[in-house]
Amino acid sequence: MSAPSTPAPAGDTDGPDTSTPPAGAPPADPSGTGVTPRLASARAVAWARRRKAFADFWRQYRKQPAGLVGLGVLAFIALATVLAPLYTDESELRAVNAPGERLESPSGTFWFGTDEVGRSILLQVIWGARVSLQIGIVAAVLAVGLGTLVGMMAAHYGGWTSWLLMRLTDWFIVLPSLVLAIALVVALGASRFTIIVAIALTSWAGTARLVRAQTMSIEGRPYLERARALGAGHWHQMSRHVLPNLMPLILASATLQVSSAILTEASLSFLGLGDPSTVSWGTILERAFHAGAISYGAWWYMLPPGFAILAVVLAFTLCGRAMETVLNPRLRGAK
Amino acid sequence: MTTGATEKDDTKEGSGAVRPTLEIDDLRITYRGSRGEIPAVRGISLSLNPGDTLGLAGESGCGKSTVAAAVLRLLPPGTEVTGRILLDGEDILAMSFGKLRAVRWAGASIVFQGAMHSLNPVHRIARQIAEPIVLHEGIGREAAERRAVELMSQVGLPSWRAQSYPHELSGGQRQRVMIAMALACAPQLIIADEATTALDVMIQAQVLRLLKQLVSERHIALVMISHDLSVLADTCERLAVMYAGRLVEHGPSREVFAGARHPYAQALSAAFPTVGDPAERRNPHGLAGDPPDPGNLPSGCSFHPRCPVVMDECSTATLALRAARDDWQAACLRVDGPEAVAAPTLLTKGDA
Amino acid sequence: MGIQPTAQVPALPDGGAGTSGGDDVHLPRQQRAGSRRDFWRFLGVKFSGAMISLVLVLFTAFFIFRVIGGDPVKAIGGDSAMTPEQRAEIEERLGLNEPMSVQFWEYIRSVLTLDWGTSYVNNQQVTDLLLGRLPNTLLLTGTALVLAATVGIWVGARAGWQQGSRFEKSQVGISLALWSAPTFWLGMIVIIVFSVQLDLFPVNGMRSTRGVGDGFWPQFLDVAHHLVLPALTMAAVIYAQYVLIMRSSILEERGNDYLTVAKAKGLRDDVVRRRHAVPNALLPTVTLIALQFGAIFNGALLTETIFSWPGLGLLFYEAIRVPDIPLLQLLFIFFAGTTIIANMLADILYRFLDPRVRSSA
Repeated sequence: MSAPSTPAPAGDTDGPDTSTPPAGAPPADPSGTGVTPRLASARAVAWARRRKAFADFWRQYRKQPAGLVGLGVLAFIALATVLAPLYTDESELRAVNAPGERLESPSGTFWFGTDEVGRSILLQVIWGARVSLQIGIVAAVLAVGLGTLVGMMAAHYGGWTSWLLMRLTDWFIVLPSLVLAIALVVALGASRFTIIVAIALTSWAGTARLVRAQTMSIEGRPYLERARALGAGHWHQMSRHVLPNLMPLILASATLQVSSAILTEASLSFLGLGDPSTVSWGTILERAFHAGAISYGAWWYMLPPGFAILAVVLAFTLCGRAMETVLNPRLRGAK
Repeated sequence: MTTGATEKDDTKEGSGAVRPTLEIDDLRITYRGSRGEIPAVRGISLSLNPGDTLGLAGESGCGKSTVAAAVLRLLPPGTEVTGRILLDGEDILAMSFGKLRAVRWAGASIVFQGAMHSLNPVHRIARQIAEPIVLHEGIGREAAERRAVELMSQVGLPSWRAQSYPHELSGGQRQRVMIAMALACAPQLIIADEATTALDVMIQAQVLRLLKQLVSERHIALVMISHDLSVLADTCERLAVMYAGRLVEHGPSREVFAGARHPYAQALSAAFPTVGDPAERRNPHGLAGDPPDPGNLPSGCSFHPRCPVVMDECSTATLALRAARDDWQAACLRVDGPEAVAAPTLLTKGDA
Repeated sequence: MGIQPTAQVPALPDGGAGTSGGDDVHLPRQQRAGSRRDFWRFLGVKFSGAMISLVLVLFTAFFIFRVIGGDPVKAIGGDSAMTPEQRAEIEERLGLNEPMSVQFWEYIRSVLTLDWGTSYVNNQQVTDLLLGRLPNTLLLTGTALVLAATVGIWVGARAGWQQGSRFEKSQVGISLALWSAPTFWLGMIVIIVFSVQLDLFPVNGMRSTRGVGDGFWPQFLDVAHHLVLPALTMAAVIYAQYVLIMRSSILEERGNDYLTVAKAKGLRDDVVRRRHAVPNALLPTVTLIALQFGAIFNGALLTETIFSWPGLGLLFYEAIRVPDIPLLQLLFIFFAGTTIIANMLADILYRFLDPRVRSSA
């Protein structure tokens, strides 16, 4: 986001009336540092307003237990993942260093048992989180970025550009995304990079639609008409006025996108298209499947990575839904 | 409808022989929302005899639609309602659900505001009109739809419209459908909630004339709700003005419209200029300030912060309706007899 | 992927389609003829849109598998070393030595003549492979779809109607959890519990290897027995989406005045829901379900792989492992084409279902 010099309302909740020039900052703004609005720089006013918008957002978000649970789970998993090198030994992931016996059931040494070559399942799940989360988050950010770009362009330019972009968007929405992603990974060769590209390319379209609709409604607001009348260029309008307003929506969309990206990554890995050199939750399950864990009844081989996926995806989904509820008061219901 | 048919004119509340169609006694309604309790209606009493027409006026948010919904117990669950609502002598608030469903529409029906959204977009017109007939009279759907077509012709809709969908009709036609639907089960009471607000002026007049005529032909009691005092004065015999969940004025409609006693009612009637009066054009009236927040009402008379003739006592005194005449009441400290506040001077003062 | 289980329902075709011009201007009946012409125009637009999308799919398939795709010769030869002569021969056979433009025209010609080539693995015509497996996939996806749609829409409608109730909260929770679980993992768990531990259902496949007797009924029961677990697994994930979609559609409808009117008419609460709210809420749901159609293939792919159900999904999986380019290409075109056509049909169906769209252009 570019440096804010115009007071753009950061939340969907505050209407166009907050778009007055800096001098007209709301007198009742409690976050103003007691300086008269005229003395405060435009930038400070904008930041004060943004802080306030964020505080409002958080106050609403806090009211949703499901969203808080999701956030808590994510915080725990992030911590466990980042600190993994401190309490585990990565070298034990290599088959030659396997410390246990083949398919040991859970015990005091191996809480979640071992795999077919004697490696700890728990260790693999912990280290798998790094790959799964990394791919999920990067792919989601790319997808949402692409979707935002396409959606904003389709809304802003109109005419043929818009028509073409929206046809393309619809085409991508309709296609079976996993099939397309598989085709791309098969063609490009399996690696972490190609998986990210394939997921991003097949999942941006939903965001594009959402962003287009929202951009069109923002562009209809009076302060943008004023900006246009004052000669603001395309880039200025987009970066200073539209994008800041879109941010909350984009953030919610990205959060939800992460959960489906993680699921897609797991599916691709399970189908044998994962990065062969690393361990992710999907590849653990793939090996479990092919090592005959099902007929062996080795439930410990399958439950932990599966529950890890379930927990992370659910947590991201809960957070995303809570954010959406804050942004769209109509969903809040009359409780 | 009932026994007192001949006493249509000049009926007084509670006069012996007539059983009122609708009797509301100290009705209080409190919504429970996320922001705590919000008193929407704060003690209203009204009475309508068969064939009576009453206009209920007020700004949006004053509680008039809440009263309408309460008559058929259509308020959201969890809303606190006290007082009594008697429909043809039976207490609506104490009824079992089964009895209540039987009374809904057959005893009293509602013409809702915004006819576009009051009709189900995916059902044909005749089916929607016939639905309550099938339900309450237990006749087959075909017979009920034939009745629906008859009703449609009574409200001036061609019979081939019966198989249309709501979106194929104009706004006025849809409102006629709503009226036909309200008449379907021959109720004793019809409540018209902003029934004509969305229509343009010519069609509004047509629909109002139709409603007035049908109601008087059938001797149905009518409660008409609107923010437009001139419409109500035209259509109804009596007029009641609400402010912040209370009645502030109640009397014969022509007289209330022409010379209201309560400053709020004065402002409301002045907001609709008399056509052809040159003085009105030079000096248009309006009311300063916003309607009060029902969650946080001013003390004393709720109107006192906006009142152009406010006195010291107004912020503390509790106000009930006071008789300005034997058939006319207003809830203002300045009202204590037939000769009360002189209207015009006060209003010009409030414009500033 | 696909649509998120969010509460975002696309804007309804606006309720204010009717003109509120002069009252009692009875619309002339000739208008019907006009709307019929509009309908044909609508069909034309939808059809040509679908055709453009299909052509785009053909281009994409060529681009992915022939231009950026790996080395097919290596795929055929496997890991065994190959002499340059052998290599040249295979390239000759596949037409790989031609320039890209020639290959492209070859490709278009083969598409138009429905000659899709042979599998790298067993030299069978890929179209034969597809047609042989198609009925099995139809059986599995059809069963799962019907199951998920009926139960999902019913539960979703009830949940949305009773917003804030314990029923709603638990159903939304279950749906979110099902949606968040990877399909293939769900399948693995189901097999371990119901086949390996409880021994109630077969582990995989579609028919028993040992004879179950001839005749229709033994065969039918055998397939049905094999069908239970995969169909339930596949239905679970789609079900979750349908519950969430239907719930939010109902929530959108709930504030509408016509529901208050229906209640005021004296209808019972569940009649108001069934007769008035559900038909209106179903309309946006149809659109969303159509958009989700692609996700059904995603589910079929994973479910068939786990249960070794001999359908197109398993065929696709087997083709990935090789990779068997002609087969992958055909299946890709088939999956994408089917979803595009299904979406077109849903658009047309929507037009018949929603009276508002039906008569106004």
